[in-house]
Amino acid sequence: MKKLLVLLLGLALVFTFAACGGGGDEPAEDTPEESGEAAETGDFKLGVVLVGDENEGYTWAHMEGIQKACESLGIDHTDSNQVVWKYVVPEDESCYDACIDLVDQGCTLVITNSYGHQSYAQQAAAECPDVTFISMTGDTAALSGLPNFKNAFNYTYESRYVGGVVAGLKLQELIDEGKVPASAIDADGNYKIGYVGAYPYAEVVSGYTAFYLGVKSIVENVAMEVQYTNSWFDITKEAEAENALIADGCIITSQHADSSGAPSAAQAALEAGTTVYHVGYNVDMLAVAPDAALTSAQNDWSVYYTYAIGAALNGEEIDTDWAKGYADGAVMISELGPSCAEGTQEKVDEVIAGLIDGSINVFDCANFTVNGETVTSFMAIDVDGDFVGDEGEAIEDGIFHESTLRSAPYFSLRIDGIKELN
Amino acid sequence: MSDIHGGKDPLVRIAKRSTISKPKAWAIRLISLLLALVVCAILIYSIVKMNPLQVYVSMWKGAFGSSRRAWITARDVMMLLCIAVGLAPAFKMKFWNIGAEGQILVGGIVTAACMIYLPQLPGPVLFLVMLAASLLAGAVWGVIPALFKARWNTNETLFTLMMNYVAIQLTSFCVAKWENPPGSNSIGVINQTTHAGWFPSLFGQAYALNVIIVMIITVAMFFYLRDSKQGYEIAVVGESQNTARYAGISVGKVFIRTMIISGAICGLAGFIAVSGASHTISTSTAGGRGFTAIIVAWLAKFNTFTMILISLLLVFLDKGAIEIATAYNLNDYASEMITGIILFFILGSEFFINYRLIFRGHHKEVE
Repeated sequence: MKKLLVLLLGLALVFTFAACGGGGDEPAEDTPEESGEAAETGDFKLGVVLVGDENEGYTWAHMEGIQKACESLGIDHTDSNQVVWKYVVPEDESCYDACIDLVDQGCTLVITNSYGHQSYAQQAAAECPDVTFISMTGDTAALSGLPNFKNAFNYTYESRYVGGVVAGLKLQELIDEGKVPASAIDADGNYKIGYVGAYPYAEVVSGYTAFYLGVKSIVENVAMEVQYTNSWFDITKEAEAENALIADGCIITSQHADSSGAPSAAQAALEAGTTVYHVGYNVDMLAVAPDAALTSAQNDWSVYYTYAIGAALNGEEIDTDWAKGYADGAVMISELGPSCAEGTQEKVDEVIAGLIDGSINVFDCANFTVNGETVTSFMAIDVDGDFVGDEGEAIEDGIFHESTLRSAPYFSLRIDGIKELN
Repeated sequence: MSDIHGGKDPLVRIAKRSTISKPKAWAIRLISLLLALVVCAILIYSIVKMNPLQVYVSMWKGAFGSSRRAWITARDVMMLLCIAVGLAPAFKMKFWNIGAEGQILVGGIVTAACMIYLPQLPGPVLFLVMLAASLLAGAVWGVIPALFKARWNTNETLFTLMMNYVAIQLTSFCVAKWENPPGSNSIGVINQTTHAGWFPSLFGQAYALNVIIVMIITVAMFFYLRDSKQGYEIAVVGESQNTARYAGISVGKVFIRTMIISGAICGLAGFIAVSGASHTISTSTAGGRGFTAIIVAWLAKFNTFTMILISLLLVFLDKGAIEIATAYNLNDYASEMITGIILFFILGSEFFINYRLIFRGHHKEVE
């Protein structure tokens, strides 16, 4: 019995050494080296806290943005002496732990990519005044009064509007070809379109309103239904929501949720003989819905990351709130699918040019009403915590200016023509 | 036995051990841990071509690399331990309390409610209110299945499981009620500026109080189970309900009393999770730890001191896995494989502690 014990132990040791010996022969290129290779970037070290990993579209877009930014700034994002990545960090105290741990590792700039990370990043920012924290898509930086806490967003509503235009052109084509079934027209003679939304708050409301107005700029008489999933990423729920919209007669759909559940459901319905087309989000949906997908609204986060990381590298102050759109190349739509109507590309180029030169405003108050009336005033910023805006007039000269008073969207008006189903 | 079949002895026979000495049992566990590390080493090298020793070193660093990391590890160990200690009496009397998740959540909900609605109370008073409320909430959540079991002999496994879903829905409801900002489906850090209802720092450590509370309960539960009359009754009910009845123990009463204690401690774990760690409540506050703690309690054979070691091992593996993913840009799944292999070997070692292999030819035992 004892002999056997000794034998087993010995075997275990031999195996371990053999394995290690083998490992030792490999050049340790992927492993963190203690050498001072980060010389050219000085003391700068970037920490990244991500809600997912490369398998999730939203996080992947952020990873790609940071990698591109690092490449253009001469930072090696694979070297853990320059960039430390933390994947799949939940939106709870683990985010705070991760932030503080990155500070302990010497990071001077820490980026968190999910809205739910914000209050934990803010807590860390309050405790570590020498480190700058960026909470992407967050909204409390200005109100927190912390000089080292920043927010950023893109004018995603612009790309959603363009996606709406693409969808509107498709709808027009279906109308012209007489392919719209009676079930897709409601009692008031409006064409039914649908939207799978994540949560009923401003970011989503702003996005679906922009999409709706984009469609409406092509086909005047449309009515939209919004089905919430109450999750940012849930393939099954998104597919269910999409199916519910299709069953209700919606002929064009879009989404503000991160999976490919909705376009896959649209593709399946289309193959089964129901006319329905879909505009996706974040990633090109043609892979899962080659016929049903028209395009996807996308963000190019590298524009912001290049700006912010560059500023931090040079010791410059980063804007507390940063938001940019087509004019700076921060938003875009993915390649148009083969199902898109003829002439879509020309129209898209025209609309984008209009957005850039300011001749088209997505939230032009002349184009929508709330309870039958034109909106003339909207207070965007809530300062006393009751979730009703108290200051910051967003409407000027009949235009609702989104994401200018604060980077995170604040357009939370429920306009006529859109109905939230749940 | 071979004579019965008239054939040869099988190559290996398995026989139950009657007893095993403590050092021998621990030797088996140690060997299985070493073997697990060897298998992981082979896997690490063959898949990602990395030096396994270096990987193990980073795992160690991930859990204990700095005093802050060590404290975070301690905080998570205490959380898991607290739940396991809470489950111990229930499982010892073979009451399958799968409902720790729900008991943690209701404890967390009432704690969060106190933080949100009573921040004006003085710190120590608020602390006691939260403590009492969470104990009560957890006890209520635990005693309901026990009452039904005692009265109508309902299946407690299904009942406690269903109570989890009720608690999860209740949490969703509260999150929707308290969410900040509306529609975001998260509450965020409660009392971020005032820190009302947060555990105070002791000796300069934010999580020292977590450790103190859980250690007190761990020690108390150890003696409760070992030395008290109630602890003895729990053991008898666990061994055989009929024996218990014959000995004049009211089985239903023991169920109810024990589940009040078990639920209350799990509720307390919710209090520690909300007030002492996350300062928020969400449906993921329990985070599956109510189930992991079952493994801890069983592996430790309800010895609360052994539970410390096992909780530490599980949390260590978890922290280590996170660190490997970061340090080597590996996907989470790679490090979870390592965790899985180590757990497999440790669970497997229990087989060799309970049974022995007898090889054909020599009639000597081998493990």
